[in-house]
Amino acid sequence: MFFHIKATFAVTRRILQQLSHDHRTIALVFVVPCFLMWLLSWMFEDNQMMFKSIAPPLLAIFPMSIMFLITSIATLRERTNGTLERVLALPIAKSDFIFGYALAFGLLAVLQASLVATISLKFLGVEIEGPDWMLVLVALVDALLGVALGLLASAFARSEFQAVQFMPAILFPQFLLCGLIVPLSSMPDFLESIARLLPLTYAVEAMQNITVEATTSSETWQNILIVISWVVVALILGSLTLRRRVK
Amino acid sequence: MLEPTVSVSGLCVRKNKNELLSSISFDIQPGTICGLLGPSGAGKTTLMRAIVGIQIPTHGNVEVLGEKAGSKNNRAKIGYVTQASSIYLDLTVAQNLKFFARISKADKQSVDRTLKIVHLYDKKNQLVATLSGGEKTRVSLAVAMLADPDLLILDEPTVGLDPLLRRDLWKLFNVLAKKGKTIVVSSHVMDEALHCEQLLLLREGKLLWDDSAEKLLKVTKKTSVEDAFVDLMKGDK
Repeated sequence: MFFHIKATFAVTRRILQQLSHDHRTIALVFVVPCFLMWLLSWMFEDNQMMFKSIAPPLLAIFPMSIMFLITSIATLRERTNGTLERVLALPIAKSDFIFGYALAFGLLAVLQASLVATISLKFLGVEIEGPDWMLVLVALVDALLGVALGLLASAFARSEFQAVQFMPAILFPQFLLCGLIVPLSSMPDFLESIARLLPLTYAVEAMQNITVEATTSSETWQNILIVISWVVVALILGSLTLRRRVK
Repeated sequence: MLEPTVSVSGLCVRKNKNELLSSISFDIQPGTICGLLGPSGAGKTTLMRAIVGIQIPTHGNVEVLGEKAGSKNNRAKIGYVTQASSIYLDLTVAQNLKFFARISKADKQSVDRTLKIVHLYDKKNQLVATLSGGEKTRVSLAVAMLADPDLLILDEPTVGLDPLLRRDLWKLFNVLAKKGKTIVVSSHVMDEALHCEQLLLLREGKLLWDDSAEKLLKVTKKTSVEDAFVDLMKGDK
């Protein structure tokens, strides 16, 4: 079978226990994105129009970047300290290991996304035309995208130094091309077609859509679905990078 | 005679043109304590990884418990303790063991049972990061024993342990061997060879000796394993 609940939950539970011993990390995960949103709202104090259009897309980007970093470092640590090799020498499927990770950090992402979205809506003056839970949903899917890409990226890093640099290497180009700085239609055709391949483009577009749509359009759902597909593909690729045996 | 627990024939491991192990052959019978000795860089760890199945041989065959090394069935039957303790520093001792028990399909009592064996029961709620090096090794050993494996592969498990505890561990290995478990222990402390029924001496990827320690002393006419080893190395050159 592809998925074993007991082994997957064992991995999830272990990661959450590890996090529970690390209060500072937990605090940073929850406080940093809220702080950034607050800073943003203050920056645009005199330009509410601008704030209302830029805040939701950034709400997609902050949790994604944070989850990307945390996940890639956590997985890399497991690779370098030998525990990954030990775990894979035991009767556990590779997919259980990856899903266990995705579930643990996914849970953290749910809490993070809900908190940031709620604070932004209630206290920072973020307004969207669509239902509020859509903001939470999209932020969550984006955070999961960060988790999945982080898991995959860590396979290509040999040290923490390398892993940290995957953030500018993998996330920054997506950030530049996602349509927030320059709309896709004003980019050179070639860049636009590149941007159309990247997941963050769809995440940001979904956020932009729900700020103006009272009822969620099928186009928005399609965007969300594309991001989810990226999450699934990255997780599957991530589990393929795990090696039980070496040459 | 029973089928050997470990059967290695013509094993070669090559990495980037370096020959880590060159045509090694030996058998280990069930219920044996087999000592794997040699200086660092001799290939002890590579050989152990080949038996566990993590290292794929360049040439040759490694059969373990009647199956090819690294087979799926063997995963639950082999306990492997690496040199680095390979446990989670940011979990407590008990949390570590419970996690590994869950994924290695060991029963619930196994956690307390193995903790008592390695004398860490009273530290079960302590964070592993706060333990000493020797204690971490013992946690790692406890993890390897959780599923009551038929074969234990221990990479330098006695490094940094106090003499009393070291003696306890060797006693434990003897008890396990009497129950029919097979144990492969690597060490660079030559004295420990005397605890083993079978001795494998390894140097620069070559197997210099595969027999008992007594016979080694007899053949080389030396009184210590260390001297005998030096003698063998001279002969090898």
